[in-house]
Amino acid sequence: MELATWTYEGPPHVGAIRIAASMDGIHLVLHAPQGDTYADLLFTMIERRKTRPPVTYTTFQARDLSGDTAEIFKTACTDAAERFSPDVLLVGASCTAELIQDDPGGLAKTLGLAMPAVPLELPSYQKKENWGAAETFYRLVRACAGSERRDRPESAQRVCNILGPSSLGFRNRDDIEEVKKLLDLLGVEVNVIAPLGASARDLMRLPDAGFNIVLYPEIAGSAAKWLARIHGQELVTIVPIGVGATRDFIADVARVAGVDPQPALAAGERLSWYSRSIDSNYLTGKRVFIFGDATHAIAAARIADEELGFKVCGLGTYTRELARDVRIAAAQYGVEALITDDHLAVEDAIFAAQPELVLGTQMERHVAKRLRIACAVISSPVHVQDFPARYSPQMGLEGANVIFDSWVHPLMMGLEEHLLQMFRDDFEFNDETQASHLAAVAPKGYGTAAVDGPEPVSTHQDIKLQAAPEALAWTEAAEKELKKIPFFVRGKARRNTESFAVERGVNPITIETLYDAKAHFGR
Amino acid sequence: MTATTLIQNLPAGDAVATHKPILRERGQHEVFCGLTSIIWLHRKMQDAFFLIVGSRTCAHLMQSAAGVMIFAEPRFATAIIGERDLAGMADLNDELDGIVERLLARRPEIRMLVLVGSCPSEVIKLDLDRAAGRLNKIHAPDCRVMAYSGSGIETTFTQGEDNFLSALVADMPAEEPDAGPSLIVVGSLADVVEDQFTRILQGFGVRKIAFLPSRTSRDLPPVGPNTRFILAQPFDNVTAQALVRRGAQQIFGPFPYGEWGTTGWLRAIAEAFDVDPERFAAITGPGRNRARQALEHYRGQLAGKRVFFFPDSQMEPSLARFLHGEMQAEIQEVGTPYLHRAHVAADLAALPETVQISEGQDVDRQIDRARAAEPDLIVCGMGLANPFEVEGYSTKWSIEFVFSPIQGYEQAGDLAELFARPLVRRSRLKVEA
Repeated sequence: MELATWTYEGPPHVGAIRIAASMDGIHLVLHAPQGDTYADLLFTMIERRKTRPPVTYTTFQARDLSGDTAEIFKTACTDAAERFSPDVLLVGASCTAELIQDDPGGLAKTLGLAMPAVPLELPSYQKKENWGAAETFYRLVRACAGSERRDRPESAQRVCNILGPSSLGFRNRDDIEEVKKLLDLLGVEVNVIAPLGASARDLMRLPDAGFNIVLYPEIAGSAAKWLARIHGQELVTIVPIGVGATRDFIADVARVAGVDPQPALAAGERLSWYSRSIDSNYLTGKRVFIFGDATHAIAAARIADEELGFKVCGLGTYTRELARDVRIAAAQYGVEALITDDHLAVEDAIFAAQPELVLGTQMERHVAKRLRIACAVISSPVHVQDFPARYSPQMGLEGANVIFDSWVHPLMMGLEEHLLQMFRDDFEFNDETQASHLAAVAPKGYGTAAVDGPEPVSTHQDIKLQAAPEALAWTEAAEKELKKIPFFVRGKARRNTESFAVERGVNPITIETLYDAKAHFGR
Repeated sequence: MTATTLIQNLPAGDAVATHKPILRERGQHEVFCGLTSIIWLHRKMQDAFFLIVGSRTCAHLMQSAAGVMIFAEPRFATAIIGERDLAGMADLNDELDGIVERLLARRPEIRMLVLVGSCPSEVIKLDLDRAAGRLNKIHAPDCRVMAYSGSGIETTFTQGEDNFLSALVADMPAEEPDAGPSLIVVGSLADVVEDQFTRILQGFGVRKIAFLPSRTSRDLPPVGPNTRFILAQPFDNVTAQALVRRGAQQIFGPFPYGEWGTTGWLRAIAEAFDVDPERFAAITGPGRNRARQALEHYRGQLAGKRVFFFPDSQMEPSLARFLHGEMQAEIQEVGTPYLHRAHVAADLAALPETVQISEGQDVDRQIDRARAAEPDLIVCGMGLANPFEVEGYSTKWSIEFVFSPIQGYEQAGDLAELFARPLVRRSRLKVEA
């Protein structure tokens, strides 16, 4: 048993859902108890997807356990095949269903379905989300791409597949666009992008390309290795996150495709200049702790060290499958790699390293809050705010620009940092407050506005109110009741109540007045 | 006071007609499990810590739901069962004891540790009640340890709260033999709503008023034959049974949504405590007027609108009653995960007989029915809401009713606004999705 306040990855079946939800014409039937449909919200809410993810859950309950849960699975499978008529049906079990051992794969075989059913073994008590996604993708690629090696024309060497981007992947949507731009500059054609946006038919075309670009080895590593072995496709495994890595990526793609790298190398980004400009001087040697999936952690460490001039004081990952790569990277920066999926161990390591900036996942934001350290998110797991509407890749040239802005933003700006060191007792700028560009919080006890939250800018009505401020009083009970109104609407409630009281000549304001005004204004 | 006497107070014309037969369905249930109740319970009871004993799925559910907030000191966690535990290589009880020790050492301020059962722990039949008893002997009196089940196989969403509260009932002290009459209001309410109800009930002359859950684990109210209780939430059914078993008397009323519901709910209490009708009218009068006035702002937006409810929290029949009776909306279907007829009798009786009530779910079929009904507003969970919006329907995501102050007179307008907001928004936006 393991104590988890937060978990870096979901169970493996969530990885399987991510693959199904990434693709077209694939449906997953998941044997799972009532409640496991929460996973739909990852897609409809966090990623703001417009359709229900293609998953049918059996949602068995306690009373079903004494009966025939296998029958429930079979019914769900038949209904899903009929209703959604996918090209391929995936079948698997969640952690609870694994315990009751109904064998979804075997059951699906007996149903005489009109489409192929790919069974998934997802050992929930050993493996996790990314493994589940990689395994599901690998199974699908194997099932669709076939193991007959095909002849390719020589021109195929300039054609590639992009493997790895998926639903719920950190900034995958925009990373693809950025990588496509680079390939365009190189004159390299894209055959299939998978799993995101691909169909089973597209997977059948995978062997037509000369080589594979593996953008996210956590998801596509095993499928890409299989394609290399069976179909002889070369691999590009450099992940183009950061200026240096992007240049290396361009060089490697050019080598494999036999094209000239210059057109892509000539295209510039802004990170290099921004980081050299004197405003960035104070970033030199800032201690940074890095944690995330292996791909993003390794990339972040290189950017921090070579491109921003930070001091890497900690580097780690929860991706055990790629622990070796992270250890090698960590050794370059003179730190010992932290390989763990225990959030408390990460918290302890951050505490011990005493960084000035944490680059991590949504989970490190919790620790950073507790220790009051600046923090930026570089890797999954992430929440809704990291699936932004705006274009925000991590990869390629624009990715470097995005990274510069988002990593520097949480740090205190240079002037404020200087002044804080000189003058420590300022009532507004001091150790207790956040960097002033981050939150417009007035100092404690500084006027009523601080207690009541931000007051809107002065309007005509305000001026009228202020004409009779002394006459208007709040009873102690009413003032207390007002505090129960959430701070973000409290200022408005106070003003509404006061104007209501002035209008009706009510004084002092009581709880009744407060609620009379609320009913009067409707909100 | 019984449900029948209340039904006699209902507006004429709408009353106890025979309803359509209840549609009972089984298929895919698109609902939360009871673990999700921890998301509000841990804020309500501030000295309690909720430790789920389950799998990585359970931990993932919790952080996907609550992890958008950034916690310096989270008050919930998961003890994740591993392969070693299942293979019998580690003794589950020893493992659990070790985890609790580590947790309490890290968080000495915890006064109540709640072990929460999940699907995996139920299926492997790990006895958390016994574990709680054993751990309680070790950690009491500094930290009380208790257990309840929030598993998906046994509980749907708000039923998690029900199981938690019923476990708390066992912990409540017995009332003194000569105790005077007291009242317990059952069900998590927003702090501001609790305070408003307290003022009204004090106005009735009810001296001893308590709420379950209490704001800390240390001030659980006493219970006994002189205790009366009323549900403020329609899903606390097992808790009601547990209180009755401890001798308390249940008061039945409609649920306190809107002006009519709040008045009916308060009247049920007033009758049980023999409050003089004039006093009742005087105390509730200003609130009733305000509620009516506040609802008026939204009636134009909701009257005549066709509304379809998917099952989620068991609040659906009472919310539908509010929309129909007070906002003149047309109700097409009321889905509920579980229907406790006696507890929602007053609200059910006030719904017209044309309303289809459904219990349980086969989500694909229910989606077909919803599309065929062409509702103006669909009340549903977040797994369905955005996809329905894309199809051109307005939706109100149902979880918000559990997370908003909606009970009582002063919140009547806010409750109506929750339903009106998506309709207003749809008409305001000049951009197509």
